[in-house]
Amino acid sequence: MNKENNLYTLIYASVLVILVALALTLTSDFLRPRQAKNEAFDKMRQILASLNIPTTHANVQSKYNSAIVETYCVDREGNKVEGTAFEIEVAGELRKPTEERKYPVFEALIDGNKKYVLSLYGAGLWGPIWGFISLDADKNTVYGASFGHEGETPGLGAEIETQDFAQRFQGKQIFDHQGRFKSIAIVKAGKSVQGQDYVDGISGGTITSKGVDAMLHSCMEAYVPFLTKE
Amino acid sequence: MKDIKETFSSPINKNNPITVQMLGICSALAVTSKLEPSIVMGIALTAVVAFSNVILSLLRNTIPNRIRIIVQLVIVAALVTIVNEILKAYAYDVSKQLSVFVGLIITNCIVMGRLEAFALGNKPWPAFVDGVGNGLGYAIILVIVGFFRELLGSGSLFGFQIIPNKIYEWGYENNGLMILPPMAMIIIACIIWIQKSKQS
Repeated sequence: MNKENNLYTLIYASVLVILVALALTLTSDFLRPRQAKNEAFDKMRQILASLNIPTTHANVQSKYNSAIVETYCVDREGNKVEGTAFEIEVAGELRKPTEERKYPVFEALIDGNKKYVLSLYGAGLWGPIWGFISLDADKNTVYGASFGHEGETPGLGAEIETQDFAQRFQGKQIFDHQGRFKSIAIVKAGKSVQGQDYVDGISGGTITSKGVDAMLHSCMEAYVPFLTKE
Repeated sequence: MKDIKETFSSPINKNNPITVQMLGICSALAVTSKLEPSIVMGIALTAVVAFSNVILSLLRNTIPNRIRIIVQLVIVAALVTIVNEILKAYAYDVSKQLSVFVGLIITNCIVMGRLEAFALGNKPWPAFVDGVGNGLGYAIILVIVGFFRELLGSGSLFGFQIIPNKIYEWGYENNGLMILPPMAMIIIACIIWIQKSKQS
């Protein structure tokens, strides 16, 4: 048979591609439940990290269950609405019209004190960045934070994922003395900014740091009605 | 039999893909800041090279020459995707650390190089051995680099602290440069230096 004629080449390519597609579908279908579980665990770990609770793969579920006492969603006006907070992807919500968006809130009880964990999502230099930030019962002072990214530069932008960076946010306040929402600014190391709390950014990761700054502002702003509600 | 042995051992030492052929350097720099991802990356690449070699070798007499490279790419891409999915299911944390670099095995020159140079002209068994040999040759270098970078950069191995606190109290400090990719380049260069001076 002539291997070089067009018909053979076409059929060969088609059969190959179909077989490969089949193999990939089967693999993906087979592994999907396990992956989904891993992703859920990972999300719990990040939420707990924002509450300064270290976890391992083995104990994350039990620690999550004991720390998080209530989860719910809030809308743009700060009212509680239907929805499972854990399953809400902020990325997806941001694509909806403002009135339809739901923002997840996780309430935690740490040593008898109530904490609120808010969900963040934004853009870094190479791809999406996200995070969780926890506030004290006054809904103003930051208790802890954790950040994640898809593909920021290792050693530079990717440093936002480190505990060292997340810890810089502890104790900062997101409202000023008059109760106006100010967010937390990220500035170049050594610089300062008037009228709001700030933390040092990552040197060499300026665009990622700016991304975190913008993410904090835009995402926390959406929670302001909820945070200022009595 | 001697040929098979030679096929296996040559890429591990005297024809090593990284230190002699200078292939796959990019991922060797990127994933070796810790020992664990280095090992996982080594295993992942070994699996991909070995199995793509076997599959290509089985298909070698049927592939139309004109679409040879495309066929290779499709098979490599499929295998890499499968490896990536398996890592996500069974080693999620490591797969997060490796991030894009597992996917980038597709473009790793070692894989395509072995397919073109060996699998297309040999039977499946030698092709498999050649794949494993090259994968291990790559993995060994990654493990050596990962070992020194984690030990000197973080004072730990597999995430466990190795260097006792006592030594830190005496004024020893972790070398931050070790964590950064340039140091991987320097370590690889040292390995090449040692290897070359032994061979000549």
